Amino acid sequence: MARDTPAGDLRLANLTKTFGAFTAVDSLNLTIPQGSFFALLGASGCGKTTTLRMVAGLERPTSGQVLLGDRDIARLRPHKRPVNTVFQSYALFPHLDIFENVAFGPRRRGIRAVDEQVRQMLSLVQLDGYGRRRPAQLSGGQQQRVALARALINQPQVLLLDEPLGALDLKLRRQMQIELKRIQTEVGITFVHVTHDQEEAMTMADTVAVMNAGRIEQLGPPAEIYEFPATAFVANFLGQSNLIAGDVFGRSGSDLLVTAHGARFSVPAGRSRTDHGPVFVGVRPEKLHLADTAVQVPAGRQHLEGTVTDASYVGVSTQYLLRTGWGSELSVFVANSGAQQRFAVGDRAVAYWDPRHAFLLGRRADEEDRTIPVLDEPIGASS
Amino acid sequence: MSALAHAPTGSGQPASPPPAARSGRHRLLPYLLLLPGAAWLFLFFVVPLVQLAAASLYDPSGSLSTGYTLTWAVGNYPTALQAYWPQFGRSFLFAGIALVLALLMGYPLAYAIAQKAGRWKNLLLVCVIAPMFTSFLVRTLAWKTILSDNGWLVGLLRDVHLLGPDGRLLATPIAVVLGLTYNFLPFLVLPLYASLERLDHRLLEAASDLYASPLRTFRRVTLPLSMPGLIAGTLLFFIPATGDYINAELLGTPNEYMIGNVIDSAFLVRLDYPQGAALSFLLMSAILAVVFGYLRRAGTEEVL
Repeated sequence: MARDTPAGDLRLANLTKTFGAFTAVDSLNLTIPQGSFFALLGASGCGKTTTLRMVAGLERPTSGQVLLGDRDIARLRPHKRPVNTVFQSYALFPHLDIFENVAFGPRRRGIRAVDEQVRQMLSLVQLDGYGRRRPAQLSGGQQQRVALARALINQPQVLLLDEPLGALDLKLRRQMQIELKRIQTEVGITFVHVTHDQEEAMTMADTVAVMNAGRIEQLGPPAEIYEFPATAFVANFLGQSNLIAGDVFGRSGSDLLVTAHGARFSVPAGRSRTDHGPVFVGVRPEKLHLADTAVQVPAGRQHLEGTVTDASYVGVSTQYLLRTGWGSELSVFVANSGAQQRFAVGDRAVAYWDPRHAFLLGRRADEEDRTIPVLDEPIGASS
Repeated sequence: MSALAHAPTGSGQPASPPPAARSGRHRLLPYLLLLPGAAWLFLFFVVPLVQLAAASLYDPSGSLSTGYTLTWAVGNYPTALQAYWPQFGRSFLFAGIALVLALLMGYPLAYAIAQKAGRWKNLLLVCVIAPMFTSFLVRTLAWKTILSDNGWLVGLLRDVHLLGPDGRLLATPIAVVLGLTYNFLPFLVLPLYASLERLDHRLLEAASDLYASPLRTFRRVTLPLSMPGLIAGTLLFFIPATGDYINAELLGTPNEYMIGNVIDSAFLVRLDYPQGAALSFLLMSAILAVVFGYLRRAGTEEVL
């Protein structure tokens, strides 16, 4: 049923799901272009899995539509939908061998000659010759690939992936990320990938939607979201950001002028989400550089002085914490390229940045600096 | 049977050290643990069984007063079978019908308790087990009241013309089958429940995601995965139901007597020990044949 009908974009229109008084998904509007690799990124409980399950038909929406092309499939039973899922737990059938697991979909759709198709699929996921084994005899990574083959063999219009790499160790996860991307390019099916791992989302997806509390906070290509986040949540969920609380006090040419803790900064208006009132000046840790004294700061850069309170050597870079005069700690990543001077804990140092790398976000008046990553949110490259 | 066979070798986890590295005491331990059970089985199962086998081959002309002699009278078997084959057939027929009825009731019940009952699960399980708190005999006597000619059930069935004006339930094959169904139902439900309780709900979601309708999901996923419980449950139901004599005795007439009644009377009324013993062995081998035939067809490695 999947191949014959022309697939279309997947559109979610005012999609809402409430469980009692709790709103898991809050009138979501989203268009996922056909053939794209789309990632729904968010912390656990943000509604991303519920969204996925509504597309799969495993959860009934409270209101709203799930449109595939022009067809609303929101009220179809799961087995009637041209959509397949790779489950987080893989959910392979333990009583069937690998071949029968992969052949499950085609057989239920009345296809008899499945041998050739199954063989092709197993070879696509590099499991040739594993057909007669039971799922329990396979490693986690192999089971994951069986789950993928079992879904892909149906050539669905949309493939849903629910944290598919969550149970794998880091090395295998990297490998599977590349593998998944290769397979997606090869088969050209729309992939909707749900994950809490920002690195995974950025590695694979063409478009990332960051979800928080049942809503989408920002949507766009990974680089765009990373370089110019829309909200403080996104700035610290996708990677890590130093957010300095301040207030806009004026404008100079194409720059907005901000005062924060007695210091003055400027941010290009094109990199500002607001042009008045309380704001956050945001700078990514790797966009900060360190110098001994303010004199060494190159022209046109902005700077802050402080004391090094922590220096963690992590191989590719050294991650410093710099305590500013008003007590906040800035995170600074300095690449270990060999050219940079090393700082020790207790050293005075000056952090500087190019104003074009900063960004300006709206802030509630009562919000303070957000410079140290919040612990229960996944952070930067360390995850 | 599998538990016994696997117990000594049950140390096959990858974490355990290779057998060669173990001390002698460790290797003996599983057998020592088996010893009390094995001794019990030997004294109270194997010895009486051999005795019973010997009794089945006694000279049939002997009696309790004159004493029996072991004459290897193999003829006891065909004689017994010839005399009582209708009761034999009836045993398997009644137990078989009762099994089908119990499956129709028990599978949905076990499924509902295991998958849908939520916080009522434990309460419902107690309800399934609760009848066991009273004696088998008392429960069957209670059925006598329920099915009696003046009881509400017969009255109701007569009113809706499912029974004729003179129709009755007690002392009919129906009563015996109903009694068997009722009395052995928990033995079917409990193993089934244990199997269905472990059924991973996500597998059902996966099946429906892969184009299986609810009916096909049941046929292809739920049923095969509940097979171990289904097999254990049907055996626990069928074996005692076939040998049962209480239900036929209390709810039926001699026309409904099963092989258990015949063995009962051979030993306790007619005092014909050779025949009672021969019938017992015939029943045992018939049940074993049915069970092995069934297990071969059902074909699960876990049970055999």
